[in-house]
Amino acid sequence: MSSAPAPALEDKAPPAQLAPAGAAKEPGFLARLAGHPKAALLTVAVLVAVVSALVTSSGTWPGGWTFGIRSPLSDAESWLANNRESHPIFLYFLLHISNAAESSVDTLVTFLETLGVFGVTVAAVLIAWVAGGADLSRRALRTAGTALGAFVVIGLLGMWEPAMETLGLMVVCVAAAAIVGALLGLWAGLSDRGQRILRPVFDTMQVLPAFSYLLPFVLIFGVDVPSAFVATVIYAAPPMARLTALGLRGADKTALEASTSLGANSWQQLWTARLPLARRQMLLGLNQTIMMCLSMVVLASVVGVSGLGAEIYTALSTVDTGLALSPGIAIVLIAIWLDRTTAAAGERLDDPCQGKGGPKTWFVWLGVIALTTAGTVLGSILGKQEWPDTWVIAIAAPVNAVVDWVETTVGSGVPVVGGTITLASGFATYVINPVRDGLEATPWWALLLVAGVLAYLAGRWRAAVTTVLALGVIGGMGLWTRSLDTLSVVLAALALTLLLGFAIGTFAARVGWVERAIRPVLDTLQTMPQFVYMIPAIALFHGGRTAGVVAAVLYALPAVIRITTQGINQIDPSALEASRSLGSTTGQQLRQVQLPLARSSLLLAVNQGVVLVLSMVVITGMIGAGALGVDVVTGLAKDDLALGLTSGIAIVCLGILLDRISQPGADVKGDTSR
Amino acid sequence: MKHSKRISTSLIAGAGVLGMVALSACAADTKKAGGSDEVTITVPSWVGARANAEVAKVILEDELGVKKVNLKTMDEPIAWDALNSGKADVIMEDWNGQPDKQKLYIDEKKSVVKGGDLGVVGHIGWFVPKYYADKHPEILDYKNLNKFAKDFKTSESGDKGEFIGAAPSYTTYDKYLIKNHNLDFKIKETGNEAAQIKEIQSKYDAKTPFITYWWEPLWANVDMDLVEVKLPEYTEGCNEPKTDTKCGYDNNKLQKYLNADFAKDGGDAAEFIKNFKWSNEQQNKVAQAIAKDKKTGEAAAKEWVKNNKDVWEKWLPKK
Repeated sequence: MSSAPAPALEDKAPPAQLAPAGAAKEPGFLARLAGHPKAALLTVAVLVAVVSALVTSSGTWPGGWTFGIRSPLSDAESWLANNRESHPIFLYFLLHISNAAESSVDTLVTFLETLGVFGVTVAAVLIAWVAGGADLSRRALRTAGTALGAFVVIGLLGMWEPAMETLGLMVVCVAAAAIVGALLGLWAGLSDRGQRILRPVFDTMQVLPAFSYLLPFVLIFGVDVPSAFVATVIYAAPPMARLTALGLRGADKTALEASTSLGANSWQQLWTARLPLARRQMLLGLNQTIMMCLSMVVLASVVGVSGLGAEIYTALSTVDTGLALSPGIAIVLIAIWLDRTTAAAGERLDDPCQGKGGPKTWFVWLGVIALTTAGTVLGSILGKQEWPDTWVIAIAAPVNAVVDWVETTVGSGVPVVGGTITLASGFATYVINPVRDGLEATPWWALLLVAGVLAYLAGRWRAAVTTVLALGVIGGMGLWTRSLDTLSVVLAALALTLLLGFAIGTFAARVGWVERAIRPVLDTLQTMPQFVYMIPAIALFHGGRTAGVVAAVLYALPAVIRITTQGINQIDPSALEASRSLGSTTGQQLRQVQLPLARSSLLLAVNQGVVLVLSMVVITGMIGAGALGVDVVTGLAKDDLALGLTSGIAIVCLGILLDRISQPGADVKGDTSR
Repeated sequence: MKHSKRISTSLIAGAGVLGMVALSACAADTKKAGGSDEVTITVPSWVGARANAEVAKVILEDELGVKKVNLKTMDEPIAWDALNSGKADVIMEDWNGQPDKQKLYIDEKKSVVKGGDLGVVGHIGWFVPKYYADKHPEILDYKNLNKFAKDFKTSESGDKGEFIGAAPSYTTYDKYLIKNHNLDFKIKETGNEAAQIKEIQSKYDAKTPFITYWWEPLWANVDMDLVEVKLPEYTEGCNEPKTDTKCGYDNNKLQKYLNADFAKDGGDAAEFIKNFKWSNEQQNKVAQAIAKDKKTGEAAAKEWVKNNKDVWEKWLPKK
């Protein structure tokens, strides 16, 4: 294994080797390096790593340098179990949260059931219509049509009842997450200290897998709705907070100045200038929060929440893809309905023609309530409170037939390349294995050195120290080898995601119809619970790490594509026009104008790629990619809080590491401006 | 930023006041009132356990007049917590995978009580497909496993043979067995039961050699002919401490557990659950109707109940 690290680090080596070869008349290699201290530093660090890996060929963290948190965690767990019904902190605080969440969800689900099929559909369509502008414009009608279509299909799939249960929980979670997110966002947006404190907190909230803290939550808040509620709020609040802060910070200075000069005090300024100016960003945050709530609500089925998630969970116990697809589609449809509705509301805010008609708005909402009531009454007169069973279309059998056909033909029946199974094992052997072996053969101190140097180059001392600390925590928890195993899978998935994402994103930005064509595909990939399509995919890849990489790429790709497309589209058209008039080719325009100007968006895409790929580590663990992901699941399944939580923290540390070495702008720029 | 500082200070103060108000509110309810007219049964992820729950639900509702039986999907440790807190009343099938929770809730807190044997016997072992065992009959003894390790090599296992391991919630000593017998195998972690079954099914269809942790009763066994590899005989205490395990797996008499209050005040419903006892074949029959014939749980259970009156009549409380 001693020769293994070479291919892993090959991509960094060539520039250094090429330099002397093609530079006969230029100054010597060393002299050139001296001219670029950054490159020199990196070369030295990489050389040290490669040489030490070749010499020692095994680089595990020293066993004596670990700290045990197993026993304190186990103690905490039994304390929780014993004191849950008597300790004041439960009686006077935590249990109130549980009971409030549970009773509000119960009330809402009962309310939705009372409204019945007609009432709910009428209400959903009207809300969408009002969000679209409450008139006969194309936008309003299109949004309303989407809502109608979504609810009819949900009914046709026979998913009405579970969909209402999920919707009930969703609404409560979204409301709470939006309020919590907005408050945290206010703090982060108005105070620099708040921003500094909250940023790592938000990162952790999003990357720490829910599976690793569900166990204590079940003990603290109780099974079913309460723990699902708290876990969902934790997972879904950060985007709302982040975008609120962004909106508050990005407010037009002149508008604020004007408001100050008119004598507004800070509260008035907040209410009349800052918040209204941040409205659009906050709505985008709400939109993201809704999507994240939806994906979490599905996961919550493991703690006993009924609804669409439980339907999927049950269908998968018989490995029945067709049966799992119906609730999966229902989830996608709910997502599309909510996404289009909030997006329409957002577009309307941008639209200068739309005045705010005070009395008119009241009338419209009164109308919505009246019509919903009418629908409900009509439904109960017709005796159709529930979706009639005869109107259900069973899609399970035909879907399973198609899936079977794909599994057998694509899996091994393709001529020449031999099918996906061969490809998968090739990918694991020639891409993931060398990376893993390389990482594992490098001594731990050399890895710390390389990571530290990379982070220093990207974000100076603060980033370097954070990175080294993150790796130190991983080593200290005794998860060094497991984490490197995970890191190799994550790196492979990340590289693929960024490669594909930038390529497709750029293509979509340049060709308008591509963007429109792939939009529904991206929506589906982002909201369809991964298990629905990953279990059949196991037949295509025979489980294993390649299947995990595929799952992670599919999940992370949509966000990367979207951000890339948006970033390129937002470039000042005059810059592009200027380059075009200077006669640059399409390729030159792309390389020299569009991509450099979209740099900040591309960096954001990298950041989101890291976050999303890492959030899939658990799912990839569950379909055979092993390592930290499986440990998190095992922690939950075997009631081993110490195992689940430490593995979850290790995943967060990997996230910090990747983020710090890939995000140059933020810290470096911050340093110079301060 | 002077203005915003004032705002953020006010915000923090406001949050603090809100917190205090919440804290000073009256004490919260800790328990949900439960009676015997509503019974909640936990359902773990595998189909056999769903078969138990669906049959119990049909009989409870149709024969014993229980108004509502809730079936709640949840993982095992969470089901134990639910029984402890009274959010659920019954675990129908426990594979003895939560010894710590058993000790805590049964012996210390006395919030959960035993409900007796389910009658189904769980069996765990190492299995290879019959098409492979026919060609290489020697593999059926663990001592010969190393000879065949190279047949099981994959991209996941490197230069060793690949052993497909158990899903995280399953009881397993494979890691120690492989180490203590010096076997040339590397465990591939499956992470999830559905994923493992799917992988085995697809390998079986492709007639690839594999060796796996496998168990009985399982609906998927009807379509696949797997043969067990003999491990050293199980003897009492041979897997303690687990790191020294060299023996095979014990046969597991699956157990029922009840919430203590439900067991005491549950009346006929609790009595019925305690009496519920059936065989592997009977459970498999319902499980196959669900998993293979793609019936809904309710339909499968109703059909079985209709045809097997003599079996379940014995479970009803004596009048």
